[in-house]
Amino acid sequence: MNRPETSALLYLNNVTVSFDGFRALNALSLVIDRGEMRAIIGPNGAGKTTMMDVITGKTRPDDGEVIFGGAHDLTALDEARIANLGIGRKFQKPTVFESHTVWDNLGLALRAKRGVFSTLLARATREERASIDELLETVHLTDAKDTLAANLSHGQKQWLEIGMLLAQDPQLLLVDEPVAGMTDAETAQTAQLLRKINRTHTVVVVEHDMTFVRDLDVKVTVLHEGSVLAEGHLDHVSADERVIEVYLGR
Amino acid sequence: MTSTLLGNRSLYLYVTLAGLGVLVPMANLLTPETSPLHLSTYVVTLLGKYMCYALLALALDLVWGYCGILSLGHGAFFALGGYAMGMHLMRMVGPRGVYGNPVLPDFMVFLNYKELPWYWHGFDNFLFAMAMVVLVPGLLAFIFGAFAFRSRVTGVYFSIITQAMTYALMLAFFRNDMGLGGNNGLTDFKDIFGISLQQGATRNAFYVASIVALAAGYAICRAIVTSKLGKVLIAVRDAESRTRFLGYSVEKYKLFVWVVSACLAGVAGALYVPQVGIINPSEFAPASSIEAVIWVAVGGRGTLVGAIIGAVLVNAFKSWFTGAIPELWLFALGGLFVLVTLFLPRGILGLLGRRGAGRQQTSVHAPKARSEGDTQPVKGARA
Repeated sequence: MNRPETSALLYLNNVTVSFDGFRALNALSLVIDRGEMRAIIGPNGAGKTTMMDVITGKTRPDDGEVIFGGAHDLTALDEARIANLGIGRKFQKPTVFESHTVWDNLGLALRAKRGVFSTLLARATREERASIDELLETVHLTDAKDTLAANLSHGQKQWLEIGMLLAQDPQLLLVDEPVAGMTDAETAQTAQLLRKINRTHTVVVVEHDMTFVRDLDVKVTVLHEGSVLAEGHLDHVSADERVIEVYLGR
Repeated sequence: MTSTLLGNRSLYLYVTLAGLGVLVPMANLLTPETSPLHLSTYVVTLLGKYMCYALLALALDLVWGYCGILSLGHGAFFALGGYAMGMHLMRMVGPRGVYGNPVLPDFMVFLNYKELPWYWHGFDNFLFAMAMVVLVPGLLAFIFGAFAFRSRVTGVYFSIITQAMTYALMLAFFRNDMGLGGNNGLTDFKDIFGISLQQGATRNAFYVASIVALAAGYAICRAIVTSKLGKVLIAVRDAESRTRFLGYSVEKYKLFVWVVSACLAGVAGALYVPQVGIINPSEFAPASSIEAVIWVAVGGRGTLVGAIIGAVLVNAFKSWFTGAIPELWLFALGGLFVLVTLFLPRGILGLLGRRGAGRQQTSVHAPKARSEGDTQPVKGARA
């Protein structure tokens, strides 16, 4: 085993994924440090979502390694194992359990034993109820706790999903386009929420919305054609010739 | 809490079943045949059959209504339970068969079997046979489910292979050298515990046993769907990959509920066979399994009680219809399915509205199409 020594929480090395000859990720390497918040931007088809899929075990890379916490090679694990290691994911399209109430959605996400029989016999403890109440406050959904998730507004669903991520209490949160379809006010609130989450968690945000990325005020990685094109502060990368070319066309 | 555990619907159901369980045998055994309140033994047996179908429908609703697994092969588990019971009843015939062989059933003598095939041993013991009623369907479901769910076969693909499974079993059981009576199946049963199956009292006993089994099956399903595990099942049905990313091993949950469902179907089959007096490979016919799906759809899936109502109503309708115009039955059944899908997507129970539904988490809506990217395996995804 020739694994590089690293203190990084997440380390992608030379990851390549091809779909029928199309290289969605092309020798992508990326390092996320503990406690960091990173924004990933890039044009459509740059490989942002594929990168998330690889990290969370949905897609197996053709080549390369993905090391989590300096110890686990994620390419050998399935989605459930990876989630239980402490990686949470928010989808681009808000995905919540529509026929469950807001409360139950959070209850299902809450960190607990995930085995079939322990789940069969599980009863919500007082601590669990308290943490759900707290999460409801955090994501502004206390009044909607008995509402079916199907009946929430788009923005509320996004928040519920973020709440579910927090309930898992992961070390690393992957957040895919959290403000897609949100109003300006909701977008600003979401930026605030993510900054708050970042105080205790490492966060990776994929986003198109430049105002939002500027609001976050964090280190930015620009992806293009499946690899890293530029990295640094938003002002720095947006001054980069190649980035301008990729975004504005050639 | 008690009201959650025992919603209104459950209470109505238990009371109805208890009432039927007491009143029907009374009307059969305690009233003179001339009385207007008298029910013939034929009707008692017919109702007993409906109860078995209702248990099969319940088993199907547990996997389809709550976990989104549409099985078009549940008849296979029903038939396997039925065969296990049939094998016991065959062994109980003893030397009273046409050929008078003390060990071998008639069909084996006829086919020149010299000795009992190994898998027939033990079936003379009632408890062993009852264990097989549950274990054989359970084991088949476990093996089948373990492969299918691990390979992430879902949706219509899964339904098709369940259909193939029951069809393959039907062809296998049709073969004489399977040692299970070939296309005639197992029949000419005499008695159980030394008491004749033809006796009115025995018929009533099987009817009551079917009601008790149905109530127990309902209690088991209800306990599952109201637990946290039940919520995970609904989560899997609504957004499978979301559930995985929350850290639940979806395939294990599916396997659990699939095996429980198969065992319940096996019990239903075992109670059905002594009441109809025969089990043959036609029980494995794909059409029978599809019929069971229609019962659940008519009653309202994802409700448990709906499955029971659907099974009883459709079969009562079938009994009447096949008496009146038998050649049109399949058209009627198909038409019923189309009508229910178009006009009653949530079944009869949906029509009755939310009355008695009480808690929303147990009266779930008919599942919608899953969100994108949930069911289709991606290239490079794990197999």
